Amino acid sequence: MSEFSLIINGQKVKAREGMTILEAARGAGIEIPTLCYQEGLAPFGACRLCTVEIVKGQRSRLVASCVYPAEEGLVVKTESERVVKGRKLILELLLARAPNVQVLREYGMKYGVDLMKFDPEPTSCILCGLCVRYCAEEKKKNAIGFIGRGTERAVMFFPEIASEECPKCGECFAICPTGVLPSNYAINRVPHFTWPVNPFSGTYK
Amino acid sequence: MTRLNSSASVEKKRQEILNSKDQKKLYVTICSGTACHASRSDEVFQAFVDEIERKGLREKVDIGRTGCHGFCERGTIVNVFPKDICYLQVKAEDVPEIVSKTLIENEIVERLLYEDSNGQKIIHENDIPFYKRQNRTVFGNNRLIDPQNIDSYIALGGYTALTKVLFEMTPEQVLEEVKKANLRGRGGGGFPAGIKWETTRNAPGEPKYVIVNADEGDPGAYMDRSLLEGNPHSVLEGLTIGAYAIGSHQGFIYVRQEYPIAVENLLVALEQAREYGLLGKNILGSGFDFDVKVHRGAGAFVSGESSALMTAIEGKAGEPRPKYIRTAVSGIWEKPSNLNNVETWATVPLIINKGAEWFSNIGTKGSKGTKIFSLVGKVNNTGLVEVPMGTTLRQVVYDIGGGIPKGKKFKAVQTGGPSGGVIPEEFLDLSIDFDELSNVGSMMGSGGMVVMDEDTCMVDTARYFLDFLAGESCGKCVPCREGIYQMLKILNRICQGEGREGDIELLEEISEVVKDFSLCALGRTAPNPVLSTIKYFRNEYEAHIYEKRCPAGVCKALISYYIDPEKCQGCTACLRNCPTGAITGGKGLVHIIDQEKCVKCGTCLEVCPPRFSAVTKLSGVSVPEPVPQGTKVIRKGDRKK
Repeated sequence: MSEFSLIINGQKVKAREGMTILEAARGAGIEIPTLCYQEGLAPFGACRLCTVEIVKGQRSRLVASCVYPAEEGLVVKTESERVVKGRKLILELLLARAPNVQVLREYGMKYGVDLMKFDPEPTSCILCGLCVRYCAEEKKKNAIGFIGRGTERAVMFFPEIASEECPKCGECFAICPTGVLPSNYAINRVPHFTWPVNPFSGTYK
Repeated sequence: MTRLNSSASVEKKRQEILNSKDQKKLYVTICSGTACHASRSDEVFQAFVDEIERKGLREKVDIGRTGCHGFCERGTIVNVFPKDICYLQVKAEDVPEIVSKTLIENEIVERLLYEDSNGQKIIHENDIPFYKRQNRTVFGNNRLIDPQNIDSYIALGGYTALTKVLFEMTPEQVLEEVKKANLRGRGGGGFPAGIKWETTRNAPGEPKYVIVNADEGDPGAYMDRSLLEGNPHSVLEGLTIGAYAIGSHQGFIYVRQEYPIAVENLLVALEQAREYGLLGKNILGSGFDFDVKVHRGAGAFVSGESSALMTAIEGKAGEPRPKYIRTAVSGIWEKPSNLNNVETWATVPLIINKGAEWFSNIGTKGSKGTKIFSLVGKVNNTGLVEVPMGTTLRQVVYDIGGGIPKGKKFKAVQTGGPSGGVIPEEFLDLSIDFDELSNVGSMMGSGGMVVMDEDTCMVDTARYFLDFLAGESCGKCVPCREGIYQMLKILNRICQGEGREGDIELLEEISEVVKDFSLCALGRTAPNPVLSTIKYFRNEYEAHIYEKRCPAGVCKALISYYIDPEKCQGCTACLRNCPTGAITGGKGLVHIIDQEKCVKCGTCLEVCPPRFSAVTKLSGVSVPEPVPQGTKVIRKGDRKK
């Protein structure tokens, strides 16, 4: 597999064919914030937090780094003014809907968000889809999925499958970045339930 | 039906059809497009069948249905051939008169003809000013074709382009011709079709797919619907030509389930084309195989976006996916897939028949050919309009559309559907062209054109489109889902008189991020209605926010109705018609509106006799204190003395 380099934040970074910008950046220790990205799952491109600015000749454009393929000589700015402005607003939009999610608050602090910009209407789930995709891609069960459209979109267990499969597994609870899944479904009160290990980090968190 | 299986067979068939037809025989066509269908064209059709039967004319008269003619304002449209007489707004009760006068006595029913502004009656459909100023190359045959009969398409030269392509041209030559014509996609983006075709052709991977996007979902737009309903074979022929050029053997038509007539006519057309050997294995004996599957959409606007449409064809929920690798290279099941909309495909046979040069001589430097628009809203002649690119908005709105009804003033025209923007009066002389429209903050889109008059509130217009988009966003990516939601909340509060200082700036800030950060074109264009109304009608936003006034008098929270005690004649017209009983008074007594009970429906204003004009709509000012109950009216005559 051919190796090439690109320039991220002025730093020469090595990448292999088939890598995304995000993978190349992380490989070089450059942090790009993400919510819906998870190594091991197919990139989803939904939270848009990982958006970066790429420059080609005179033109620059914003792309989601979790899906955009790294290219030879590509110039990438992960914290340009345009990027930071949008990232901040995306966090503000999300925080209006899920103000207590730890990861959002941490990113929010980093980017100096205005928590009062939008009237809060907490719903908790940030619709990152990690649980849905893990269940479909890794477990191949599809016990949990998206329903509805637009702001009506929600994550839901499908009882026919979930009643069979979920008591044996529950691994999505450990992946959920908001902690909402387990508390909503109160599965830790189910007899003999053991808290699952996060399949990606191998820890209990 | 016999299969056509040689290069000469289509032409032979055409001659056969023409010879079998008595050109002098009476032939009545009834427009059965969606709009005429809504004005009960099926009853008109049945009335003709019954009346002709009753009068014993069955041998002498043929009856047929056609697709949409475009002059939807005046449906149901009936044409009588061979004289080509056009009757408008025909109702079932008019049919006996048409049969006895026109079909039997060979006379014209004057009252059903079009009458121009000078009182001149017009007999032929094409002489009507609405049609005369158009250039109906793609849409024109609709009025002559029975969509459920392939012979009527072949009779007009249908499938000659396909024959030419299969027997006289190489795929490369077809590609070159379409590229030379500079046909740009009619679905919204305006991407050159030839270049897209070439990308798919050259992309590695087999099989390759060609797809018709018939998921037209813009509010008020029905161009593709009418084309598919009225002339389905033109789309199929274009698609097959494209498949040949690209090297594809499988096509898909993604059509909305909400278009029942289109789906029905399409399925009939596919069946007939297969029977004739124009689809399937070894088309016309040329050795080229191609067939088409119809995929019915389940009512999602976002499925018109290419990657969402292809995901839906794969059988998954129609959600867009990141496409830094274009769908032309990696589309359905990650195979090269070329998607064009209905109108683009229907234009292809014309380019092949008449040549790229003919096509590129029509239009402007960057936009060639003609474009169909659905002209709706506050305009006299609503309907479908096909004009050469480069026609000005003024020509479309005034010359073809007949201007604004009731002598009202033009305010703006909204093009490009929910992804487009509004264009104010100062740009009325702008030529319609992909690039010109983008330059002023709108877009061509698929051809929706909504005319707005002085009674249209621009904040409310933006709110309407955002409300539509909030319901149609798939919700996958954050900027689109949450950004549109917050913008809609702000617009709602502005319309409700609760706008805050800084709201306009906040709308602009969110718009910018939604535009730049969204996953697909739905989100990336969603802020256009907001940005363009702010750009051209910022004063209306400011009036709503700072003066709590709706200049157009639309936003209910910001208007009140008031009866001027000096003018009220105590006629009780408003009092009797008020649906909530909010008006008190009596015969000869001044009427008073109870503002608490009033629901602001405007009925009182409508029914107050114009000679009194006592009811007024107020906005931005407080309603004067009412006179005491029981105050006698001042008679108009008394005041004079």
